[in-house]
Amino acid sequence: MKVDDALIDKLARLSKLAFSEEGKEEIKRDLEKMFNFMEKLNEIDTEGIEPLIYVNEAVNVFREDVVKQEITREEALMNAPLKDEQFFKVPKFVKRT
Amino acid sequence: MEIYRSLKNLQHDLLLKKTTCQQQVETYLQRIKDFKSLNAFIETFDTEAIHTAGLIDAKIKNGEPLGKLFGLVIGIKDVICYKGHSVTAASKILEGYVSVFSSTVVERLLAEDAIIIGRLNCDEFAMGSTNEHSVYGPTKNPIDERLVPGGSSGASAVAVKAGLCLASLGSDTGGSIRQPAAFCGIYGLKPTYGRVSRHGLIAYGSSFDQIGPMANNVYDLAIIMEVMAGKDDYDATASSNEVPPYTSLLDQEKKYAIAYYKDAVEHPSIHPEIRNTALQLIQRLKELGHEVVPVDFKEIDYIVPAYYVLTTAESSSNLSRFDGVRYGYHAKNAQDLDSTYTMTRSQGFGKEVQRRIMSGTFVLSAGYYDAYYSKAQKVRQLIARATLDTLKKYDFILCPTTPTPAFPIGEQVDDPIAMYLGDIFTVQANLVGVPAISLPCGQTQQGLPIGMQFMSNKFEETKLLTFSHQLMANLNN
Repeated sequence: MKVDDALIDKLARLSKLAFSEEGKEEIKRDLEKMFNFMEKLNEIDTEGIEPLIYVNEAVNVFREDVVKQEITREEALMNAPLKDEQFFKVPKFVKRT
Repeated sequence: MEIYRSLKNLQHDLLLKKTTCQQQVETYLQRIKDFKSLNAFIETFDTEAIHTAGLIDAKIKNGEPLGKLFGLVIGIKDVICYKGHSVTAASKILEGYVSVFSSTVVERLLAEDAIIIGRLNCDEFAMGSTNEHSVYGPTKNPIDERLVPGGSSGASAVAVKAGLCLASLGSDTGGSIRQPAAFCGIYGLKPTYGRVSRHGLIAYGSSFDQIGPMANNVYDLAIIMEVMAGKDDYDATASSNEVPPYTSLLDQEKKYAIAYYKDAVEHPSIHPEIRNTALQLIQRLKELGHEVVPVDFKEIDYIVPAYYVLTTAESSSNLSRFDGVRYGYHAKNAQDLDSTYTMTRSQGFGKEVQRRIMSGTFVLSAGYYDAYYSKAQKVRQLIARATLDTLKKYDFILCPTTPTPAFPIGEQVDDPIAMYLGDIFTVQANLVGVPAISLPCGQTQQGLPIGMQFMSNKFEETKLLTFSHQLMANLNN
C-alpha cells in the first residue's frame, strides 16, 4: 500500500489532526510501514470465517433502568476549559447573515 | 525500616503491632523521594494516604473488623480514575483533569482497607511497550536505569520492584502488565476479558483492555483479584460468573498438562538466553511430574498484525472524545469549532497516539474496512479457535513473556514496528480473551530478569494462580 499526500490529508481530516510538512513526511513513512505490516494478514485464508466481534459469550445483560444523579452539573462542568454556569462553551459556529 | 515483599507477612506483623500502616506509608513516601530518578510516581497522595493508614491503624488497635487488603499500600496506573484525583493517561491532552468519579476497582480496593499512595507513569493512553511515550518523560528500569522498564504499565512494575509500594494496578491491552513485569522481574496477571470491571479505566481497545494486579508473589495477585473481580452494574462486559476464593485454593498440589509452542521457542526473534530458560523450565516442569507437550501454532506471525489493526481501530474511536470542549487541554489559539478540535488534538496527543489514531481511522474508513478491519476480525476468530482448541486439551500454554530482555532507552523509539513485534507472545491472550500470568523465572548472564508466561482457559484464574503458586515455590527452593 502506497501512502500519498491525499490519503494523509483525508485521514488527518477524519481524525481531526493536523501535521506540519515535516510531520506529514514522517507519518507517511510510519503509516506505510504499518499498513504493509498489517497486509501480512492477506496470506491467511479466511473464506467462510465469521468475524469475531464479541469476545465473551454473555449477551444482553439486562438491569432495571433506574434514574440516578451521580454527577452534579458543577462536577460535570468542573473540567471544562470554557463554560458558563450551565453549559460548555464552544466558539461560535453559526454565522449571522 | 524493613520493606515488606508480601502482604501476608505485613498483615501478620501489623496484627502483632510490629509495624503500623502509617509507618508503612511514610517509609514508602520516603523511598519514592529517594528513588525519584526512576520517574515512577507522577503524583503521591501523601496526606490522604497517611490519613487512611491512621484509620486502619485505629481499627487494628481497637480490634475492629478489617478488610481483606488491610495495610496494602498500592499504586495505580495513571489510566485508572479515582474521584477527586488527577488522572491524565500520561497525556498532555488530559493535563489538569480531575476525575469526577472512581473506577470500580478503586472503590473495591478502598472498601477492603487498601491504601492508595499515588498514580504511576505509563505510556500515553497505554500505547507503547517501553514507558518512553509519556508526557512526564521515560520511567527507568530499577535494575539498570539505562534500560526501559517495559510498558505500558512500566512504572507499575518499577514501583513494585524498587519497593515504592507493596503492589500496583496496571492495565493490559496487548501485554502491558506482563511485559513490564517480565522486564522488571516481578509478577503480573492479565485476567480473563470481563473478569474485572473496566468502569473508570480510560479506554484504549475496549474489546482487549483489562485491569490487573502486579506484585511480588502469586498470593498478593490472588488476593487483589479476589477483591477486584466480579459483576458490576457499570460495565455490562464484566462477567457475572462467581469469583472463587482464589487465595484459599492456592495450596493444592496437582499435576497438569502443559502445551508449549515450538514456533515460539524457536522463533527467529527470540533471544538465546530466553530460549534456554524456556527449555530449562520445560525440563523442570517434566521433572515435577507435569506433562509438557510441544504443539503447533501456525498463526503465530499473524497475531501482531491482527492485533494492531483491531486496537488502532478501537483506539481511534475511543479517543474521538478528546475534543478540548468538555475536559482536558484546550488549544488557546483556536479560532472556530473545527480548529478547536484539530489544534487541541494535534497539540495534545503525542506522536505514537497520533500514529495509532491515523492507522485506526484508515482501517475503519470506507473502501478499506473489509480488507483490513473485517479481515483482522476474521483472523482473530481463527486465532481464538486455535488457542481455545489447545486449551481444551491442555491446562496451560507456556511461552516466554517477551522475545528479549529489557533493552536500552531510545533503542526502539523511532521504529514502531520493532516495538510492536516485541508484543508477539503477549497479544494472543488479549485477542482471545484468556487470562495470562508472567512469572519471574530467571535472568540473563547480565542479570536482566526473564519472564515466563502461562495462559489458561477463560475464567480459569484459580487454576492459573494455583499452578503458578506451586511452581514458584518449587523454583525458588
